[in-house]
Amino acid sequence: MTETTSGHPGARPPGRSPAVPGPERGAAPPASAAPPAPAAPRRRGALAVRVLVPALALALAALLLLSTSIGTIEVAPADAFRIITGHLVPGMPWMSDGSLTPVQDNAVWQFRLPRALLAALTGAALALAGALIQAVVHNSLAEPYILGVSAGAGAGAVSYIVLGIGIGSLGIGASAFAGALLATGAVYLLARKNGRIAPQRLILAGVALGSLFSAVTSYLTITTDAQNVFGIMFFLLGSVSAATMGHLALPAAALAAVGVFAALRARALNALLVGDDAAASLGVNVNRLRTTVLAASALLTGAVVAVSGGIGFVGLVVPHVARIIVGSDHRKMLPVAVLAGAVFLAGSDLLARTLAEPTEIPLGVLTALVGAPFFLWLLRRDRAEGAGAGR
Amino acid sequence: MRIDIEDLGAHRGGRPVVSGVSVSVPSGTVLGLLGPNGSGKSTLLRAVSGIASPSSGRVLLDGTDLASLSRRETALRVAVMTQEHSEEFEIPVLDMVLLGRIPHGHGFGRDTGRDTAVAMEALGRVGAADLAHRSFSALSGGERQRVLFARALAQETPVLVLDEPTNHLDIAHQLELLDLVRTAGRTAVVALHDLNLAARSCDAVGVLAGGRLAALGAPEEVLTTGLIRSAFDVDSTAVAHPDSGRRHFIFDSRTSTRRRDDAAPATPSPEGITLP
Repeated sequence: MTETTSGHPGARPPGRSPAVPGPERGAAPPASAAPPAPAAPRRRGALAVRVLVPALALALAALLLLSTSIGTIEVAPADAFRIITGHLVPGMPWMSDGSLTPVQDNAVWQFRLPRALLAALTGAALALAGALIQAVVHNSLAEPYILGVSAGAGAGAVSYIVLGIGIGSLGIGASAFAGALLATGAVYLLARKNGRIAPQRLILAGVALGSLFSAVTSYLTITTDAQNVFGIMFFLLGSVSAATMGHLALPAAALAAVGVFAALRARALNALLVGDDAAASLGVNVNRLRTTVLAASALLTGAVVAVSGGIGFVGLVVPHVARIIVGSDHRKMLPVAVLAGAVFLAGSDLLARTLAEPTEIPLGVLTALVGAPFFLWLLRRDRAEGAGAGR
Repeated sequence: MRIDIEDLGAHRGGRPVVSGVSVSVPSGTVLGLLGPNGSGKSTLLRAVSGIASPSSGRVLLDGTDLASLSRRETALRVAVMTQEHSEEFEIPVLDMVLLGRIPHGHGFGRDTGRDTAVAMEALGRVGAADLAHRSFSALSGGERQRVLFARALAQETPVLVLDEPTNHLDIAHQLELLDLVRTAGRTAVVALHDLNLAARSCDAVGVLAGGRLAALGAPEEVLTTGLIRSAFDVDSTAVAHPDSGRRHFIFDSRTSTRRRDDAAPATPSPEGITLP
């Protein structure tokens, strides 16, 4: 402790007389005192958020446009932009004057845009779910798949491919979603005791059930016909290559709903960071918060995994990157994580389909190949110490 | 705000830890809770602060049953300084103190200028204004205690519940913190280990032994060498302060002839506190 020099009302050198009692609080500092009380001091991350959020939004828009123009069929970015706005706004002249070929229109609107959007949605959703789960289980190693979601989805998808077990004619996505919900429900019930969710038990139950479901998946994969194996691996590694506009509805709706929910709970999540008892004493209903946040994250993850498969790395690492840059305050960190997740995955997907043309690198492989070195570099910088990575 | 604890029993980890405790704390006074490790001080404080519900009995705040209040309503009445802290994620000191403003705001709301002003003033009062932009986990134990106390102050509640707030503090900051508690004009329930400090700083003290209230009353009536022997198994000598004449205890040795389990239970004093 150094001698207190600020002119704060009530700020005193330590170890002297007892505190100024209530009535005198806020009284003007003595004439000899240094400058008046500093106004709201600048907080770490405030500036970063103000710059970062618009920058990431711009980057995302640019990346989406770039994704729609790059590929085997040549479309200039300006033409891609004209095609997209032409579909969104009726009556645009260039849609009917013959300056754009139907092949270009098809490539942009039917294939590249849905794919890029699905990649962005998936990245945003996994980053949000990861940030939420890390907060409610007090564990920085937690990720969306800790609840058994991806293992359950994998088992569901493989069951459909290998055994034809599915819900009517709904196909692989529905089977994956059902598997994800089944696994999450089981993890939740196993982690619950006396009406309370213990974070540690939740993580362990998730890991154990995840292994169980993975074992089923592995067994089915190894015993099935060779022709099925490629499809299975493609799903397990994750891909957005088969995206259509119809695929976007479920993840988009889930992301919007959970996004609003998370925004309303951001302050309560901040309280949860310092411990259950402290959060409770700050007016947070800890058990209800934990249960609703877990359910929301599981639904969000399930909705994404059913469409895109088990894309790893994003949900674990993007929240940490956001924390390193803007701090742990969820009011700042959640918007940054969501946008960063979208940018990261949209960018990764663009690389995945262009780097090794004409073949495609599985998205899950690329996210780890690109993301891991970047994250390790970030981790070793000084600011990571301030974000708690040095312990 | 007046606190009435009525025939309170509380469990911890599925085991009954506190039973049959009745205490009244008049508005604006400080009740010190003393007792050996494991005597139920923290468990009692958790029940009084509403963090855990009691297994029997009730806690009244100005006549309102704590159990009938929502979490937020409770947080607007009672601020708590606990001993636990999760270390998993980093948080700056000012943000830590601003958490105390949560009950006063809404979900996503920004921290208002008033929130920040209250938080900075609380940090100033505990002499930690210069720590505002440090990381909480990079602080020393004593600095952390003061920041957590500032958070409790920033919550602006009529009641403070403090679990060993003087832990890790140097003697100057111990005295200063307890003086802050006394002069804050709030009703406070404080668990303490230092008997002399408790005698100096509390309007009344309650001594817990084996989860029951072994003694309750004004410090000069309750704290005696006999009570210290029966509650703590420690032999002591009482001496008068040369200037103030106040009774101080010098601890001689651990009572070796008998264990606490065999000790005759001390006679509980009548319920309610008589204040000087």
